[in-house]
Amino acid sequence: MSYFTQNSLLSFLGYPVSLQTFLPLSAPSLHFTMDWQGQKLAEQIMQIMLLVFAVTAFVAGYVLGSFQMMVLVYAGGVTLTGLITIPNWPFFNRHPLNWLDPSEAEKHPKPQVTVSSKKKGFKRHQLVFYYCR
Amino acid sequence: MHSFGHRLNGLLTFSVTILAIMCAIASLSDNLNTPSPTAEIKIMNINWFQKQPQGNDEVSLTMNISADLQSLFTWNTKQLFIFVAAEYETPKNSLNQVSLWDAIIPAKEHAKFWIHTSNKYRFVDQGNNLRGKKFNLTLHWHVMPKTGKMFADKIVMAGYSFPEEYR
Repeated sequence: MSYFTQNSLLSFLGYPVSLQTFLPLSAPSLHFTMDWQGQKLAEQIMQIMLLVFAVTAFVAGYVLGSFQMMVLVYAGGVTLTGLITIPNWPFFNRHPLNWLDPSEAEKHPKPQVTVSSKKKGFKRHQLVFYYCR
Repeated sequence: MHSFGHRLNGLLTFSVTILAIMCAIASLSDNLNTPSPTAEIKIMNINWFQKQPQGNDEVSLTMNISADLQSLFTWNTKQLFIFVAAEYETPKNSLNQVSLWDAIIPAKEHAKFWIHTSNKYRFVDQGNNLRGKKFNLTLHWHVMPKTGKMFADKIVMAGYSFPEEYR
């Protein structure tokens, strides 16, 4: 499936897509994104779930008198946390940023470069803004 | 947490750090255990008691060792290493300790036992001081944990002595 048709299909299905996508490590054929709110949510979920599973595993192991039980419960918890927080699930992309098309950006004037005439000849760097809607 | 690899790395690092903290707490929980072990050693027979050609005394004994070490096991115990040592004093050494027998107890069910055995390791003195000598038999144990600190302790049983003459 070409990249263009993938994006069209996903837009049709209701998944927000953007032209700037981050490739996951395992590179499945569909490229999802995770927005900034989603990243924060993923990190919070990961930390809280790991701590909760750690406490549960320790209590379970101590009460049952079995070290193996503690390790097994914790390993299961780590796997579950990984399945929830690592892939780019759609619920991590509920506040997407709508980047402007390059063709739209051409229509708006860029801010001018101001060269300040200080004694040492210091020159400000040019800043280019892409406007977000 | 920007990409798949970044989040995977974060998950693995955090989970392993938390696992290390859990193991440290598990080791600390071993201090809550108050063990009450008992042991008794009877010397059934002195098989022989000779002076070697080099001049050192050697003795062979048959012992009956019985012990109840079940209270030493906790959820964090992998196994118990126990050994019996004979302790005595000579003019040359203020303390001699000779290990006579040892065993590994892998589970709580096996910790209450008795065994009738001759000494596993040879009992040889540094010199020929053993005739009529009084000695103690001590049962030492090392509680080897699954994770963390190892505890070691012993029970001293006194009142044993060698015969006056070689046999």
